[in-house]
Formats: sequence, structure tokens, C-alpha cells
Amino acid sequence: APPITAMAARRGTDEMRDRVVLGEFGVRNVHTTDFPGNYPGYEDAWDQRRFEEAFRVDVIREEEDTLEFDMVGIDAAIANAFRRILLAEVPTMAVEKVFVYNNTSIVQDEILAHRLGLIPIRADPRLFEYRNQGDQEGTEIDTLQFQLKIKCKRNPQAAKESSDPDELYFNHKVYSRHMTWVPLGNQTDLFPDADFRPVHDDILIALLRPGQEIDVLMHCVKGIGKDHAKFSPVATASYRLLPDITLLQPIEDEAAETLQKCFSPGVIEIQNINGKKVARVANARLDTFSREVFRHEGLKNLVRLARVRNHYIFSVESTGILPPDVLVSEAIKILMGKCQRFLNELDSVSME
Amino acid sequence: VQADGTDGDCVTFVLHDEDHTLGNSLRYMVMKNPDVEFCGYCITHPSESKINFRIQTRGALPAVEPFRKGLSDLMGVCQHVLNTFEVRIPEQLRVTS
Repeated sequence: APPITAMAARRGTDEMRDRVVLGEFGVRNVHTTDFPGNYPGYEDAWDQRRFEEAFRVDVIREEEDTLEFDMVGIDAAIANAFRRILLAEVPTMAVEKVFVYNNTSIVQDEILAHRLGLIPIRADPRLFEYRNQGDQEGTEIDTLQFQLKIKCKRNPQAAKESSDPDELYFNHKVYSRHMTWVPLGNQTDLFPDADFRPVHDDILIALLRPGQEIDVLMHCVKGIGKDHAKFSPVATASYRLLPDITLLQPIEDEAAETLQKCFSPGVIEIQNINGKKVARVANARLDTFSREVFRHEGLKNLVRLARVRNHYIFSVESTGILPPDVLVSEAIKILMGKCQRFLNELDSVSME
Repeated sequence: VQADGTDGDCVTFVLHDEDHTLGNSLRYMVMKNPDVEFCGYCITHPSESKINFRIQTRGALPAVEPFRKGLSDLMGVCQHVLNTFEVRIPEQLRVTS
């Protein structure tokens, strides 16, 4: 009768608004459609208060270099903006100019310079300024200087028949721990307890043999990932949407067993009800959506695979320069800074 | 920022040094405004970092207003996200330690 179909219609539009449905051959309802005017009877205009009530952040896991957290109640455009900023616009310090005084190793100068640039440097970029365009020398507020000076010698005490390079030579492996900080100007006063060094001590830079030496001076500057990927502060930053698996009909016995194997372990659990095995969705969050269920003719119409459109599971892995929660805060501040820049420009244009 | 258009209620802003990061999020915020009839952005050429952001309003409202409101709303969203995030991180540390 009429009331039931009206409710079913409303459920249908709710599904279209809140869920991205994975069908057998494609994905439906991908784009956000909840703009004012699209759905009669829904209040879609922007309301900060409604947003604040519905929005929440849950931190799932926080280790020293990785952070996994959930953002619920936000749209794809903004979540993606945070992800793009984390990858490309949060600044860090990295080696930019390498002054080669002596390089007699078999690693070419430019290859060595490229490798040195990619080494993450433990230096808080918020303490430094960007270097001015065209400034070749660098001042103490925008540059960090490092020196790498190492020479390989033969070990006179090695056994005659030994062929192990660790025994035969001194300093034949150049690691990142051999890079030393050379303070510029008044940096010793500006940063009295600072310990500027690469994040990891055991990054192999080059291999040497007796008589070869590397003597380089490096200048680190502040930059962003958009300019060169060496400046990106995250190993990776990604998000996925929360999976939502619904069983449209009760599934029992053998079908239940097959269903459990179709999904990642832990997603479907089998319960024993009245002697029959019944499948139940235990934890949809663990699923990686391989869509194996669509390969089984009997099961594919009994399950609805979908994703919740406004629930984002972020995973941020830092390279070690800054802790991941600081990186996320910085990314949000950078987006605010962009908006502020345009607001200021608008105000200055309207003054004229 | 450069604006050009006919009446003032449909304007194309050219934003320099911007890309999908600000473009898409700003487009979402402006579309949530019920006075806006059309809002879209495009990247003119992938080698140049410039976006064309177009707003058309219903009625006689000048297009600069939804643009300004969209920017302030986006700032409000970011501020709230930042506050919520900064509250939740120390809470989590306290729970796990």
C-alpha cells in the first residue's frame, strides 16, 4: 500500500546519497549528489552546525611513524584535498645543492647528488624559511649545511687469503651516518640542542675501494613535494572508504561456508542457530573487496557490496621527519592558508 | 585572481598556482550554497597551474558573494577538523598508554 512504497523510495534515495555501490560490472553512485535542490524534502544547504554535529574523528592506531584514523561526516573533495596536501604541499628540508670537492668513487657525481637528495633529514622545517629565488649562497635561516668526507683505506692487519671486504678495507661502505652537520653563521646559537642528521643512520650511499674518496658539502633547503618528490614528508598517505556489506537474504550451510571464503578473514562469521550454520557480517571494515562473491552464481544476488560515502579511513606513514599527527595538522593548516590567501586577495581587489 | 563576465552574476575567476586540491573542495562548498545555479572548475592546461572557476548565481546576487562565502565556509570546516583532530590525538595516547 502507499506508505510502504514511500518508505522504500526514501530508502532507495538514502542509499543513492550515502552509499557507493559496487555492482558486478561497475561502480554506481560514485559522485556526491547531495547539493541543494537535487532531492526534494532533504535539507542540503551548507550548515556549519549540522556539519559539526555529524563530524567526528576516531584514531584507530598510532605508532611512531604510522597513523590510522577515521574521519566521518566529511566529503570526498575535502578528504582528497587533505591527502593531496600531505603528499605534495607539506614542506620539509632536503639536500638541494651538492658541492663536490673530490669524488674518485665509481658513483658518478650526479648520481651521488641524486641519492643524497633523497635522504630524509631530521630537521623541523617549521624552524626554517624558504630560500629566496635566485639566492645562490644561502643564509643561516634557510639553509642547513652537511659534510660527507670519507676515504677508503686498505686494512694492513687483514689475513692474506681473505676475500671479505669488511675485513680487507676500512670505510668501504659509505652510510648516511657519515654525514655531519656543519653549522652556518649563528646556527649554533639559534639551535643549541639541535641534532640535525639524517633520519636513518644506515642508508647506504656508495661503495668505495682503497684510494677512493668522497668529499662533498651539501646545502639543504626547505621545499615541497610538488617541486621534487624528495621533499614529500610521507612515505605514503592514502584513504579508503568504509566497506558496508549487507546480506539481502539469510544464507545457510554450504552457501555460508563459501560466502565466508569469498571475503577477507574475519569479515563473515558463521553462527550455529538451531543446528544450522548461518552467516553473519561480523566486521566489514577488514574487507578489501576482491569481489570474489560475484564469481559464484548462487551468491551474487544475495549480497550487496557498498561503501559508506562519507566515512574515510586514512592511513598516513611518515618518513620520520615529523610525526604523522603533526603532518596532518600541518596539512589542514595549509588548506586554511590557501583559503585565507584568496580571501585577502578578494578584499584587496574590492578595496580598489 | 582575475574576474571577467557579463553582468556580475556569472563570473569566471582565474586562480593562479592552484589545482584540484583547492579547486574541488571549493567547488563542493560553493555548490552547497542554495543561491548558486552553476559552479564548476577546470584546469586550462596541465602544464600550467591555473584553474578557471566559474560561478553562476540565481537572481541578482553578485557572483563574488558565493565565492567569498565558499572560502569562509571551507576555512570553517578546516578549523573544526583541526580542532577535533587535535583533541582526539592526545585522548588516544592517554587511552593506549
